[in-house]
Amino acid sequence: MCEAKNKDLIMMCRCEDITLDEVRDYINQGITDLEQLKRLLRIGMGPCQGRTCTPLVVNELAKATGRPVKEIPLTVFRQPTTPVKLGVLAGGIDYE
Amino acid sequence: MNKTADYVIIGGGVIGCSIAYNLAKKGAKNILLIEKKYLTSGATGRCGAGVRMQFGTETNCLLAKNSIEIFEHLGEELDYQDSIEFKQGGYLLLAYTEKMVEQFHKNLGVQHKLGIPSRWVTPEEAKEIVPHLNTQGLLGATFCGKDGHCNPFKTTDAYAKAAQRLGVEILTYTEVTRLLAREGKITGVETSRGVIETPTVILCAGSYSRDLAATIGIELPLTPERHQILVTEPVEMMQGPMVMSFYHGLYCQQVPHGSFVMGLGDPNEPQEYNQNGSWQFLHEMAAKATFILPPLAKLRVVRQWAGLYDLTPDRQQILGSMPDFEGVHLAAGFSGHGFMIAPMTGKLMAEHILGEETSLPISMFDFTRFARGELFVEPSVV
Repeated sequence: MCEAKNKDLIMMCRCEDITLDEVRDYINQGITDLEQLKRLLRIGMGPCQGRTCTPLVVNELAKATGRPVKEIPLTVFRQPTTPVKLGVLAGGIDYE
Repeated sequence: MNKTADYVIIGGGVIGCSIAYNLAKKGAKNILLIEKKYLTSGATGRCGAGVRMQFGTETNCLLAKNSIEIFEHLGEELDYQDSIEFKQGGYLLLAYTEKMVEQFHKNLGVQHKLGIPSRWVTPEEAKEIVPHLNTQGLLGATFCGKDGHCNPFKTTDAYAKAAQRLGVEILTYTEVTRLLAREGKITGVETSRGVIETPTVILCAGSYSRDLAATIGIELPLTPERHQILVTEPVEMMQGPMVMSFYHGLYCQQVPHGSFVMGLGDPNEPQEYNQNGSWQFLHEMAAKATFILPPLAKLRVVRQWAGLYDLTPDRQQILGSMPDFEGVHLAAGFSGHGFMIAPMTGKLMAEHILGEETSLPISMFDFTRFARGELFVEPSVV
């Protein structure tokens, strides 16, 4: 059963367990740069590479700053697109 | 935008923020820090996040030892509400050749004279420290339990916030395009948002310091060199120390978050401003890391990135003032070990800028050493 204090718990980043409240708390501190939010909160740094959380955070930033979503700069998308085992990258067929 | 400042710090990495905080703490006023993108967007935010005392020159050992002693209480000193994620799991430096064994023993001699608690370990002892270490070909290693990890983003944020509370102004997304000087004296800086008049400029913009110094006709012997890193998914803690091999040019540490961060130096890397990752790195890194630390083969790589070393001819930083120019101070050329010595560097630079006697000698890091030919190469860097 859901505890009362968790009733409004909304997850924003499933990889790093970051809630909407945490994101809003940082935005309210004046951190409205996605680059900074990523580095201080780890949002978008998980295995999904921000596929889930980035659009959600961008929406929050747009709401907080009054700027249209398309004007919120995104962070760099880095390779690999999907997580790959080191054993596979090293060339070992045992890990494929 | 037209304004004035008593001190203009160029570069919002950990060095710039540490200098800003230390200057303000000493009572300096009207300090402006200018960053062309966001804080930690350059080398600081791209570094391997390791901190160690095990260096090969006395001066670097001293800078690093004092810095780790500051890191131990930095959260409290800066009244940081978050955590700088300082972890002292040690550094295990692997020796694979007789020459390395000899060099490491020399380094231990230097370190012990300065009270650094490093020691020689046999391959068997190394395996006790890191049970999943492959000791094939290993002749021994040195270990220092006081070395470890610290989060570069949080550390810089902590310095920046503390500096701001002391009155420092930080301008991000503002690029300094030119230094302005008249008759051998700094008069200001030209930025993407207008001119700022100032009698004192502190240049700590990593490799980009070279281009800025060139705008007043000074040639800095700095070359940018790409170094690549990757990070894995987080797993339960299984590796205490940073494992580092100068033979393979690699380092690999499990950070408090649980992920492994590992990087590689490439001796054939062209010296240019290229910060893109390559697939060759992924392959080579994976091959070397899984040879030295076989169980890591099961870990998934989540992300790779690259950053720029600001290399000097002797891989030692340039600290001090620019000769023949009034009002230009330098803290650049850290050659890949700037983050770990930032706490002490900031303190020393603040003392130097304010004309005080520095707590540690810094004259050997002076810019003029290159012209005098007095290079002193740091042997222990990847």
